[in-house]
Amino acid sequence: MKQLAIVSGKGGTGKTTVSAALSLLSFNKVIVDCDVDASNLHLILNPEIQMWTDFYSGKKAKINPNVCIKCGKCLEECRFNAISDSYEIKKVKCTGCGACKIVCPEDAISLQSNKAGKWYMSNTLWGTMLHAELGIAEDNSGKLVSCIRQKAESVAQKEGNDLIIIDGPPGIGCPVIASITGVDLVLIVTEPTQSGLHDALRVHKVAQGFNIPSSLCINKFDLNPEMSEIIQKECKYKEIEYVGEIPFKNEVVDALVSGGKEFLDKLPAEVVNALNNIWKRVEVKLSYN
Amino acid sequence: MNMSVAVTEKPIISIASGKGGTGKTTFAVNLASTLSENVQYVDLDVEAPNGHLFLNPYVDKETEAKVPIPVINDKKCTLCGKCQEACQFNALLILENSSMHFPELCHGCGACLLACPVGAIDEDYRPIGKIQEGNSGKIKFLSGILNEGEVKSPPLIAQVKNKISSDLTTILDCSPGSSCPAIEAIEGSNYVVMVTEPTPFGLHDLRLAVEMVRVLKIPFGVVINKAGLGDGKVYQYCKEENIPILLEIPFQKNIAAECSRGNLIVEKIPGMKKRFLECYNKIMRQFRWGR
Repeated sequence: MKQLAIVSGKGGTGKTTVSAALSLLSFNKVIVDCDVDASNLHLILNPEIQMWTDFYSGKKAKINPNVCIKCGKCLEECRFNAISDSYEIKKVKCTGCGACKIVCPEDAISLQSNKAGKWYMSNTLWGTMLHAELGIAEDNSGKLVSCIRQKAESVAQKEGNDLIIIDGPPGIGCPVIASITGVDLVLIVTEPTQSGLHDALRVHKVAQGFNIPSSLCINKFDLNPEMSEIIQKECKYKEIEYVGEIPFKNEVVDALVSGGKEFLDKLPAEVVNALNNIWKRVEVKLSYN
Repeated sequence: MNMSVAVTEKPIISIASGKGGTGKTTFAVNLASTLSENVQYVDLDVEAPNGHLFLNPYVDKETEAKVPIPVINDKKCTLCGKCQEACQFNALLILENSSMHFPELCHGCGACLLACPVGAIDEDYRPIGKIQEGNSGKIKFLSGILNEGEVKSPPLIAQVKNKISSDLTTILDCSPGSSCPAIEAIEGSNYVVMVTEPTPFGLHDLRLAVEMVRVLKIPFGVVINKAGLGDGKVYQYCKEENIPILLEIPFQKNIAAECSRGNLIVEKIPGMKKRFLECYNKIMRQFRWGR
């Protein structure tokens, strides 16, 4: 079983559009939306939810006001500015480290498990899909990503799937690292802009650090052909496998608005061909690794 | 913050979005350039910082951002295991005759120091990124850059924010999403501009961002970038929720092309500077109302 993670560094370059298209073009796979902070893949694939589970992660401190003597020791020790002057825990700031609990002389503080989000297992017309929703203002997105990737692996093993397609989050931090660890290939979706290239190279460097090979495609390449050429050259220089480019078409947005079965039908033929070529090259690369 | 001097206080404006790539940086750098002086641009999208590509700042100071990590003194350590027990992040492991620390799991909270009964734990610091300070013309420039491979951006964001000057109008270019890095960046600002695009993805993630800003209780408005693409649902949503639309940037190939080259659209597209100025005035009116 192979795993492919689709990332970008910069947001909004077309990760989800490419992930959706590859999910439709490939066979026998499990699909995972690891952008748990702002998940969008479900808007195209229209999953039918089979089961969902609350996701508990980390802890939050709680002060029992009946026992608290307002001595100020916890305020002094908390490094995250998570305790208000009226001795209430600011949930958004608390990391659940428990330093306050250690110093409390009255044992007024407890650590309670924290509901950080939800994850779902769903059916789509193109295979099983795992997706999740991180609660507003929650942390631990990396753990939620690892959680749904684990579920996806067990589904793939049970059902004998050959491929897991991972739609990753933007950036290079905690949820991105959780999305790419242990995958066979990273596909960087970028756009022909200075920012697109800058951030693509940053995420490539992260993948390199984990010994994961990178491939790269340029979305909307014709918006700035000169920049697209620079990116292709950069790929050669950095030993990133260049797997193709996708033209910019207004109709792509219309296809996204429709979603579901109509998505692929409404994509302009040039875009579908481009995506098909990218998928063929990615497939070859996956079978080599 | 002393509210009695609020009238002369300069606003801190956060530029946020749920979805990535909607145009936060485009809006932030062009707003900074429109104001041109008494303003600072702060790049808090430390995982993918791009403001420098547009503002081409002269950087005259670079400092390392560091987080604390525990150092166990083997001579004093009795291997009692109290630190391992106290650590909520599994960053310490006490073995039969030695101890191990995993810095990538450590939150630098200091609980292990507090738990150690024999004072065997000291603290050292480990770099997680860089902070750059400089200027682009009369615009003050500040930026955080997270090291590749580093997991946690919030401590770096907090350290960049510590360097903000309170006597300048502040524009914070935040990270996308609605979880910890976005909150760390937005918290404490006076107004939030949410940049979105009129697509189903843009609207879906805008809803999440609105929920987040409502949790933080900060007034906000919306900028619609790439107007003309997609559908009209985002306008309907803003109307229903009573959210002001501060500016629309049309979807035009010449605008996209200027942005892709790292150019400022307020300089290259006729009439754009005036629209940004009008947008800023709208923000300021709401900022004053909010008091």
